[in-house]
Amino acid sequence: MKNLLEVDIKVPNQTKYLRLIGQIGEDVAGALERFNDSDPEELAYHINLVLTEAMANAIKHANKNDPTKDVHISINLTDDLLSIRVFDQGQGFDISTAELQAPDPALDHGRGVFLIRSLMDSVTYNRCETGNVLEMRKSLLQHGGKKERGSGAES
Amino acid sequence: MIITSKDFDKGIVMIIEEERLDAHNSNELKSQLMNQFEEGKSNIIIDLQHVRFIDSSGLGALVSGFKNAGSRDGSLKLCGLQKQVQSMFELTRLHRVFEIFPSEEEALASF
Repeated sequence: MKNLLEVDIKVPNQTKYLRLIGQIGEDVAGALERFNDSDPEELAYHINLVLTEAMANAIKHANKNDPTKDVHISINLTDDLLSIRVFDQGQGFDISTAELQAPDPALDHGRGVFLIRSLMDSVTYNRCETGNVLEMRKSLLQHGGKKERGSGAES
Repeated sequence: MIITSKDFDKGIVMIIEEERLDAHNSNELKSQLMNQFEEGKSNIIIDLQHVRFIDSSGLGALVSGFKNAGSRDGSLKLCGLQKQVQSMFELTRLHRVFEIFPSEEEALASF
Protein backbone atom coordinates (compact mmCIF):
# COMPACT_ATOMS: atom_id res chain seq x y z
CA MET A 1 0.00 0.00 0.00
CA LYS A 2 1.66 3.19 -1.13
CA ASN A 3 1.77 6.00 1.38
CA LEU A 4 0.78 9.11 -0.54
CA LEU A 5 0.53 11.70 2.16
CA GLU A 6 1.19 11.98 5.85
CA VAL A 7 0.44 15.01 8.01
CA ASP A 8 1.31 15.17 11.71
CA ILE A 9 0.40 18.25 13.68
CA LYS A 10 0.22 19.09 17.36
CA VAL A 11 -1.86 22.08 18.43
CA PRO A 12 -2.67 23.62 21.82
CA ASN A 13 -5.91 22.46 23.44
CA GLN A 14 -7.91 25.48 22.27
CA THR A 15 -10.92 25.74 20.00
CA LYS A 16 -9.40 28.64 18.07
CA TYR A 17 -7.26 26.05 16.26
CA LEU A 18 -10.31 24.21 14.89
CA ARG A 19 -10.30 26.44 11.82
CA LEU A 20 -6.64 25.64 11.07
CA ILE A 21 -7.12 21.89 11.40
CA GLY A 22 -10.34 22.00 9.36
CA GLN A 23 -8.52 23.87 6.60
CA ILE A 24 -5.74 21.28 6.54
CA GLY A 25 -8.46 18.64 6.17
CA GLU A 26 -9.89 20.52 3.18
CA ASP A 27 -6.45 20.68 1.60
CA VAL A 28 -6.01 16.93 2.06
CA ALA A 29 -9.37 16.46 0.34
CA GLY A 30 -7.84 18.27 -2.64
CA ALA A 31 -5.28 15.45 -2.89
CA LEU A 32 -8.11 12.92 -2.68
CA GLU A 33 -10.04 14.20 -5.67
CA ARG A 34 -8.11 11.99 -8.04
CA PHE A 35 -9.23 8.86 -6.21
CA ASN A 36 -12.82 9.48 -5.35
CA ASP A 37 -15.90 10.24 -7.36
CA SER A 38 -17.50 12.26 -4.59
CA ASP A 39 -18.32 15.89 -5.15
CA PRO A 40 -14.97 17.57 -4.26
CA GLU A 41 -16.67 20.36 -2.30
CA GLU A 42 -18.72 17.85 -0.34
CA LEU A 43 -15.70 15.69 0.40
CA ALA A 44 -13.70 18.73 1.58
CA TYR A 45 -16.57 19.72 3.88
CA HIS A 46 -16.88 16.22 5.30
CA ILE A 47 -13.17 15.93 6.13
CA ASN A 48 -13.19 19.42 7.64
CA LEU A 49 -16.24 18.41 9.69
CA VAL A 50 -14.96 15.10 11.07
CA LEU A 51 -11.65 16.75 12.04
CA THR A 52 -13.48 19.66 13.68
CA GLU A 53 -15.84 17.33 15.59
CA ALA A 54 -13.09 14.96 16.74
CA MET A 55 -10.81 17.78 17.81
CA ALA A 56 -13.60 19.65 19.64
CA ASN A 57 -14.42 16.42 21.53
CA ALA A 58 -10.75 15.98 22.46
CA ILE A 59 -10.48 19.60 23.66
CA LYS A 60 -13.71 19.74 25.65
CA HIS A 61 -14.53 16.21 26.79
CA ALA A 62 -11.17 14.41 26.99
CA ASN A 63 -8.75 17.25 27.80
CA LYS A 64 -11.45 19.14 29.78
CA ASN A 65 -10.51 22.51 28.22
CA ASP A 66 -7.11 22.37 29.94
CA PRO A 67 -4.98 24.94 28.04
CA THR A 68 -1.73 23.24 29.06
CA LYS A 69 -2.64 20.12 27.09
CA ASP A 70 -2.24 19.43 23.38
CA VAL A 71 -4.18 17.67 20.67
CA HIS A 72 -2.13 15.65 18.21
CA ILE A 73 -3.61 14.97 14.79
CA SER A 74 -2.27 12.48 12.30
CA ILE A 75 -3.67 12.21 8.78
CA ASN A 76 -2.52 9.34 6.63
CA LEU A 77 -3.48 8.84 3.02
CA THR A 78 -2.71 5.72 1.00
CA ASP A 79 -4.08 4.84 -2.41
CA ASP A 80 -7.10 3.11 -0.90
CA LEU A 81 -7.59 4.53 2.61
CA LEU A 82 -7.85 7.84 4.42
CA SER A 83 -7.05 7.46 8.10
CA ILE A 84 -7.35 10.30 10.60
CA ARG A 85 -6.20 9.86 14.20
CA VAL A 86 -6.84 12.41 16.92
CA PHE A 87 -4.85 11.90 20.14
CA ASP A 88 -6.00 13.45 23.39
CA GLN A 89 -4.29 13.52 26.80
CA GLY A 90 -7.33 12.91 28.97
CA GLN A 91 -9.25 10.17 30.73
CA GLY A 92 -11.33 9.56 27.63
CA PHE A 93 -15.05 9.37 27.11
CA ASP A 94 -17.39 6.63 26.04
CA ILE A 95 -18.28 6.84 22.38
CA SER A 96 -20.01 3.46 22.37
CA THR A 97 -23.16 5.00 23.82
CA ALA A 98 -23.22 7.80 21.25
CA GLU A 99 -26.16 7.53 18.95
CA LEU A 100 -25.88 5.67 15.69
CA GLN A 101 -29.15 7.24 14.65
CA ALA A 102 -29.61 10.98 14.29
CA PRO A 103 -30.22 12.35 17.79
CA ASP A 104 -33.57 13.76 18.82
CA PRO A 105 -33.89 16.98 16.79
CA ALA A 106 -35.03 18.81 19.92
CA LEU A 107 -31.68 18.25 21.66
CA ASP A 108 -29.11 21.04 21.45
CA HIS A 109 -26.12 18.69 21.86
CA GLY A 110 -24.92 15.17 21.04
CA ARG A 111 -24.57 15.27 17.25
CA GLY A 112 -20.76 15.22 16.98
CA VAL A 113 -20.05 11.49 17.10
CA PHE A 114 -23.18 10.80 15.06
CA LEU A 115 -21.84 13.04 12.29
CA ILE A 116 -18.42 11.36 12.36
CA ARG A 117 -20.00 7.90 12.21
CA SER A 118 -22.27 8.99 9.37
CA LEU A 119 -19.46 10.32 7.22
CA MET A 120 -16.65 7.82 7.88
CA ASP A 121 -16.55 4.05 7.38
CA SER A 122 -15.17 3.13 10.79
CA VAL A 123 -14.60 4.92 14.07
CA THR A 124 -12.67 3.53 17.05
CA TYR A 125 -11.58 5.09 20.33
CA ASN A 126 -8.85 3.41 22.35
CA ARG A 127 -6.34 4.03 25.11
CA CYS A 128 -2.80 4.81 24.02
CA GLU A 129 0.43 5.66 25.81
CA THR A 130 -0.32 9.36 26.22
CA GLY A 131 -4.10 9.26 26.58
CA ASN A 132 -6.59 8.11 23.96
CA VAL A 133 -6.79 8.00 20.21
CA LEU A 134 -9.89 8.40 18.06
CA GLU A 135 -9.29 6.79 14.69
CA MET A 136 -11.59 7.49 11.76
CA ARG A 137 -11.18 5.63 8.49
CA LYS A 138 -12.66 6.10 5.06
CA SER A 139 -12.13 3.64 2.26
CA LEU A 140 -11.25 5.17 -1.10
CA LEU A 141 -11.82 2.01 -3.11
CA GLN A 142 -15.35 2.71 -4.25
CA HIS A 143 -15.74 4.24 -7.66
CA GLY A 144 -18.67 5.04 -9.86
CA GLY A 145 -20.78 7.03 -7.47
CA LYS A 146 -21.06 8.62 -4.10
CA LYS A 147 -20.56 6.43 -1.12
CA GLU A 148 -23.65 5.62 0.85
CA ARG A 149 -24.00 7.61 4.01
CA GLY A 150 -24.57 6.05 7.38
CA SER A 151 -27.85 5.51 9.13
CA GLY A 152 -30.08 8.44 9.78
CA ALA A 153 -29.14 10.15 6.53
CA GLU A 154 -32.65 10.19 5.14
CA SER A 155 -33.79 13.58 3.90
CA MET B 1 -18.24 36.74 16.44
CA ILE B 2 -19.56 39.45 14.17
CA ILE B 3 -23.35 39.55 13.88
CA THR B 4 -25.25 42.36 12.17
CA SER B 5 -28.76 42.81 13.52
CA LYS B 6 -31.60 44.53 11.69
CA ASP B 7 -34.87 45.38 13.40
CA PHE B 8 -38.15 45.07 11.52
CA ASP B 9 -41.74 45.37 12.72
CA LYS B 10 -42.24 41.62 12.42
CA GLY B 11 -38.96 40.54 13.96
CA ILE B 12 -35.23 40.86 14.03
CA VAL B 13 -32.79 39.61 11.39
CA MET B 14 -29.38 38.50 12.66
CA ILE B 15 -26.81 38.15 9.88
CA ILE B 16 -23.89 35.98 10.93
CA GLU B 17 -20.82 37.57 9.35
CA GLU B 18 -18.59 34.54 9.83
CA GLU B 19 -17.49 31.73 7.51
CA ARG B 20 -17.52 29.16 10.29
CA LEU B 21 -20.08 28.50 13.00
CA ASP B 22 -18.33 25.93 15.19
CA ALA B 23 -17.32 24.94 18.72
CA HIS B 24 -15.11 28.04 18.90
CA ASN B 25 -17.85 30.65 18.42
CA SER B 26 -21.21 28.91 18.89
CA ASN B 27 -21.45 29.92 22.57
CA GLU B 28 -21.20 33.53 21.49
CA LEU B 29 -24.16 33.05 19.17
CA LYS B 30 -26.10 31.52 22.09
CA SER B 31 -25.35 34.51 24.32
CA GLN B 32 -26.22 37.05 21.60
CA LEU B 33 -29.51 35.24 21.12
CA MET B 34 -30.14 35.35 24.87
CA ASN B 35 -29.55 39.12 24.78
CA GLN B 36 -32.29 39.44 22.15
CA PHE B 37 -34.69 37.30 24.19
CA GLU B 38 -33.98 39.34 27.32
CA GLU B 39 -34.84 42.50 25.38
CA GLY B 40 -38.20 40.94 24.63
CA LYS B 41 -37.44 40.03 21.01
CA SER B 42 -38.55 36.51 20.25
CA ASN B 43 -39.26 36.52 16.51
CA ILE B 44 -35.81 36.00 15.05
CA ILE B 45 -34.42 35.23 11.63
CA ILE B 46 -30.85 33.96 11.46
CA ASP B 47 -29.30 34.74 8.08
CA LEU B 48 -26.61 32.15 7.33
CA GLN B 49 -25.65 33.38 3.85
CA HIS B 50 -22.01 33.99 4.85
CA VAL B 51 -21.65 30.72 6.76
CA ARG B 52 -19.74 28.19 4.69
CA PHE B 53 -19.19 25.69 7.51
CA ILE B 54 -21.32 24.57 10.46
CA ASP B 55 -20.55 21.82 12.97
CA SER B 56 -22.62 20.09 15.65
CA SER B 57 -21.98 22.94 18.12
CA GLY B 58 -23.27 25.49 15.63
CA LEU B 59 -26.35 23.38 14.98
CA GLY B 60 -26.81 23.01 18.75
CA ALA B 61 -26.69 26.78 19.27
CA LEU B 62 -29.43 27.23 16.67
CA VAL B 63 -31.57 24.48 18.27
CA SER B 64 -31.11 26.15 21.66
CA GLY B 65 -32.28 29.49 20.19
CA PHE B 66 -35.20 27.77 18.48
CA LYS B 67 -36.38 26.26 21.77
CA ASN B 68 -35.92 29.53 23.65
CA ALA B 69 -37.87 31.48 21.05
CA GLY B 70 -40.69 28.92 21.16
CA SER B 71 -40.90 29.07 24.94
CA ARG B 72 -41.42 32.84 24.62
CA ASP B 73 -44.23 32.44 22.07
CA GLY B 74 -41.93 33.53 19.29
CA SER B 75 -40.05 31.62 16.64
CA LEU B 76 -36.58 31.35 15.20
CA LYS B 77 -36.33 30.86 11.44
CA LEU B 78 -33.38 30.48 9.11
CA CYS B 79 -32.49 31.83 5.68
CA GLY B 80 -29.65 31.94 3.18
CA LEU B 81 -28.26 28.43 3.74
CA GLN B 82 -25.36 27.45 1.48
CA LYS B 83 -25.54 24.00 -0.13
CA GLN B 84 -23.19 22.16 2.25
CA VAL B 85 -24.74 23.83 5.30
CA GLN B 86 -28.20 22.78 4.10
CA SER B 87 -26.93 19.20 3.76
CA MET B 88 -25.90 19.19 7.45
CA PHE B 89 -29.48 20.11 8.42
CA GLU B 90 -30.70 17.21 6.29
CA LEU B 91 -28.20 14.71 7.70
CA THR B 92 -29.25 15.57 11.27
CA ARG B 93 -32.93 15.88 10.26
CA LEU B 94 -33.01 19.44 11.57
CA HIS B 95 -34.52 20.60 8.27
CA ARG B 96 -37.75 19.15 9.69
CA VAL B 97 -37.46 21.29 12.80
CA PHE B 98 -36.58 24.71 11.42
CA GLU B 99 -38.49 26.80 8.94
CA ILE B 100 -35.86 27.51 6.29
CA PHE B 101 -36.27 30.22 3.63
CA PRO B 102 -34.14 31.20 0.66
CA SER B 103 -34.08 34.89 1.57
CA GLU B 104 -34.57 37.29 4.46
CA GLU B 105 -37.60 38.82 2.72
CA GLU B 106 -39.38 35.49 2.43
CA ALA B 107 -38.58 34.64 6.04
CA LEU B 108 -39.92 37.99 7.25
CA ALA B 109 -43.08 37.59 5.20
CA SER B 110 -43.79 34.29 6.97
CA PHE B 111 -44.28 35.93 10.40
